[in-house]
Amino acid sequence: MQEIPGDLKFMKSHEWARVEDKGTVTCGISDHAQGLLGDLVYVELPSVGDTVKAGNACAVVESVKAASDVYAPVSGEIVAVNDALPDKPETINEDAYGDGWLFVIKPDNLAEELEELLDPDAYGELIESEDH
Amino acid sequence: MTQKTILNDSHRALGAKMVDFGGWDMPISYGSQIEEHHAVRRDAGMFDVSHMTVVDLAGARTREFLRHLLANSVDKLKVSGKALYSCMLDEQGGVVDDLIVYYLAEDFFRLVVNAATREKDLAWITRQAAAFGVKVTERPDYAMIAVQGPNARDKVLGLLSADTRAKAAKIGKFVATDAQGPDGMPLFVARTGYTGEDGFEIVVPQQHAVALWDRLKDAGVAPAGLGARDTLRLEAGMNLYGQDMDESATPWEANLGWTVALDEGRDFIGRAALERQKAGGDHRVMVGLVMDEKGVLRHGQRVVTARGDGEILSGSFSPTLGKSIAFARVPAGAGDALQVDIRGKLVPVRVVKYPFVRDGKACDGV
Repeated sequence: MQEIPGDLKFMKSHEWARVEDKGTVTCGISDHAQGLLGDLVYVELPSVGDTVKAGNACAVVESVKAASDVYAPVSGEIVAVNDALPDKPETINEDAYGDGWLFVIKPDNLAEELEELLDPDAYGELIESEDH
Repeated sequence: MTQKTILNDSHRALGAKMVDFGGWDMPISYGSQIEEHHAVRRDAGMFDVSHMTVVDLAGARTREFLRHLLANSVDKLKVSGKALYSCMLDEQGGVVDDLIVYYLAEDFFRLVVNAATREKDLAWITRQAAAFGVKVTERPDYAMIAVQGPNARDKVLGLLSADTRAKAAKIGKFVATDAQGPDGMPLFVARTGYTGEDGFEIVVPQQHAVALWDRLKDAGVAPAGLGARDTLRLEAGMNLYGQDMDESATPWEANLGWTVALDEGRDFIGRAALERQKAGGDHRVMVGLVMDEKGVLRHGQRVVTARGDGEILSGSFSPTLGKSIAFARVPAGAGDALQVDIRGKLVPVRVVKYPFVRDGKACDGV
């Protein structure tokens, strides 16, 4: 299991969010989530320019065994998507917090919505409790 | 209560991800499901299938009983050790279960039935057997390990005693024989499987199962989970009970007509219903699908055809082909160019003849 980077925030549904210096938010699924799903074989990304709402599904990841919705951690506009993923979805298995990022959001209401997300310690406890 | 096979601790020691499968705590994979799949296609892998139910049938009228119980004809079994795949139907022609029957002696046959249907099957078989005076005995004292892949037979044969090795090396496909494994352990070795590859399914007394598993692993056989088993059998065009057929479908509707023997004068359970449906001719059919676009076909998705809707039965990503394949049940005459509703989007799929994969390669037209 990969170490959880300290600069990430998490949803209980296993998405991560990283606030970048320029104020945008990069999002992906956690290393724990990719482990649960197993070998990923398909990714459906939103389009640049889409408006997303925190807590709503905006992408799909599929492993050999299951399809899973990915929820937007914060509200805003999609300003970038990881175009390399559709051809190499296994990147998420290999590097969930790095090259396996899914999309970038320009947030509308960051300060308030960030409060709703879990810090790495709280997320670590959540997945610990799920394992037992 | 979740049941555990005798190999449960072995799976956990290998770091397997465990899931509930028909009430059994089973390994879905030990790491990468795709790598396990390729190990079986290219070399040799092994599956713990001890959750499957071994049922022994004894009595002078056992063959006569099986003529009545099974849609395939046990009269094809003429030599001891020979095996047959068959459906067991209800009176309406619906599939109670699919199974393998082994002919061992005129008064002794062995069935291997599915895990999830164990209680239903035992009740059904026992009820039907009463009239024939056949004794039905479940054998929970056996474990079962399936060793599959192009190198599987050689690796198993290498573990057998010299005299039984020669005998086991000679058996043809769908034939079983007794053999002696490491440290003299008694084995029942069948050249059958659920992956499309050559190999053996080995019935072993529980107390020897862990030792056999370890010896196979030392011989270079890769442990593989139920995840890989599912993608392998789908590529090989093999049905999964509960997903591709159950009591709501007849063998004609599950592409299992090849397993039905309408031999003269044999009154098997469900025969009248099957003959009626066959005469009608407009029943639903099961077809193989390939999707060339990205995405994954899944159980329960709607299939759109000019003759009305059908549905995806087994659907998955095919590791060998690198795209998605599925079985679907569709109305008669639905044609070859269909669409599948994936999250509200209609995606084109092609109807193909299956198996999808043979000898590790895509079949023609897939």
